[in-house]
Amino acid sequence: MPTVEMTQHLYRFFPQLKNQTITVPAGSVAEILNAVNEIAPGFTDYVLDEHGALRRHVNLSINDTIVIDRKTLSDRVQEDGTVYIFQALSGG
Amino acid sequence: MTKMILLGSRKGTVIFDRINGNWRPRPITHAGIPVCYAARDPRDGTLWASLDHGHWGPKLSRSRDGGTNWEDVTSVKYPKGARYIVKYLPTPDFDPEAPASQPEYADATVLKIWNIAFGNANQPGRLYAGTIPGGLFVSDDVGESWELNRPLWNHESRGGDLFAGDATSENRWFGTPASVDNGVFEPGIHSIILDPRDAHHMLVAVSTAGVIETTDGGQTWASRNRGMTNDYSPDPEAEWVHDPHFVTSCPAQPDHLWQQNHCGVFYSADGAKSWKKVSRPDVGVHFGFPVAVDAKDGRTAWVVPAQADSARMAIDGGLSVARTSDGGQTWQSFRSGLPQENAYDIVLRHGLDIAGECLCFGSTTGNVYLSEDRGETWQCLANNLPPIYSVRFG
Repeated sequence: MPTVEMTQHLYRFFPQLKNQTITVPAGSVAEILNAVNEIAPGFTDYVLDEHGALRRHVNLSINDTIVIDRKTLSDRVQEDGTVYIFQALSGG
Repeated sequence: MTKMILLGSRKGTVIFDRINGNWRPRPITHAGIPVCYAARDPRDGTLWASLDHGHWGPKLSRSRDGGTNWEDVTSVKYPKGARYIVKYLPTPDFDPEAPASQPEYADATVLKIWNIAFGNANQPGRLYAGTIPGGLFVSDDVGESWELNRPLWNHESRGGDLFAGDATSENRWFGTPASVDNGVFEPGIHSIILDPRDAHHMLVAVSTAGVIETTDGGQTWASRNRGMTNDYSPDPEAEWVHDPHFVTSCPAQPDHLWQQNHCGVFYSADGAKSWKKVSRPDVGVHFGFPVAVDAKDGRTAWVVPAQADSARMAIDGGLSVARTSDGGQTWQSFRSGLPQENAYDIVLRHGLDIAGECLCFGSTTGNVYLSEDRGETWQCLANNLPPIYSVRFG
């Protein structure tokens, strides 16, 4: 099953995810995030806007590749894939 | 006497409590998170803060136990199909009065929850939230769910019903470039003025569009900018294009309204049917952001004058507060207790509040001042706080 890793900043709001190995069923990025939201209700409100698109200052990659579809999150995550969620760094 | 002051700041919510006659700050709440507005609902004591997470999206936070525990309220969301016409940074040949040749549309997402207002005493659970990009949201269940007011969103001044299709009229709402870091060219609702006499009567103020009124509970809206003038558009008396920095009313005399904006201080004694410019640049009363009105006398108001417009700081390095008691015909300036040298503070639109005889303001330099004698003398409550966005008595 794919693994989900994320910036530790999100642990402040979802402490139940801290120090956990988060594994969820393979699927689209949207399905992956919804699965995380099942573990930590409200999680998608932090990384997605109200239309289900990645927030402007959030990045998400599958392994080391930034997702292409930020709007509907249709990129597929393979069984051995890792999803990384992190801030879109812009300096400062 | 009031017992609590809530500050929304660049680094969290700061609450002062009045204990044995002294104002004492609690440790900061929402530490590290920008809070653009914080206030206490006088009906049930719930504390509210509007969080501007840099990465994680705007959210409300709510405390039902006086500020000990807070919970996310993430339900302010634009419905599917909510769009608005995008107007970009004006170019040298930009004509705000010219018809847009090809409107561009954007799907609405909440960029900032700029203001929270609490319904009348006979409307338990009713809340209002004003957002960037210009949506008014209404809740009747203490924030569990919110609904976009569609008649205002679909107003002809914004292009008509964009849920249904393309624009049927010109967009007259412009951006509010100083309100979000790096600026945005979406409009924002920062003032929601309720009428304690009539729950169906309400005004909102939009940067940049002007003042808009409903008398039927939000089913229809009309501009209320007659008498408003501006010095930055081709038509200084245009129906729209106004940038009220903040608008407020007298609780006991709700037809007495005040606004402070780029181009002066304006007063209405007839429920915003007409506005009158009451600036006195010769005594420094002209540019600024906040305005406060006496609870009983609608002719009495306070402003924190600043140096217009490109400077946006205290005038001549000294802070002052000006008060009128005759509807803006004359102003009296008060400086006692305020720094008069090397002070460059600016007080933003929600940064001044009044409760009875007390006034309090906070600046983006992180200073907080309190007066307990109607603004005549001041004491410093704090220095070195984060930049302050809002001050509200609880």
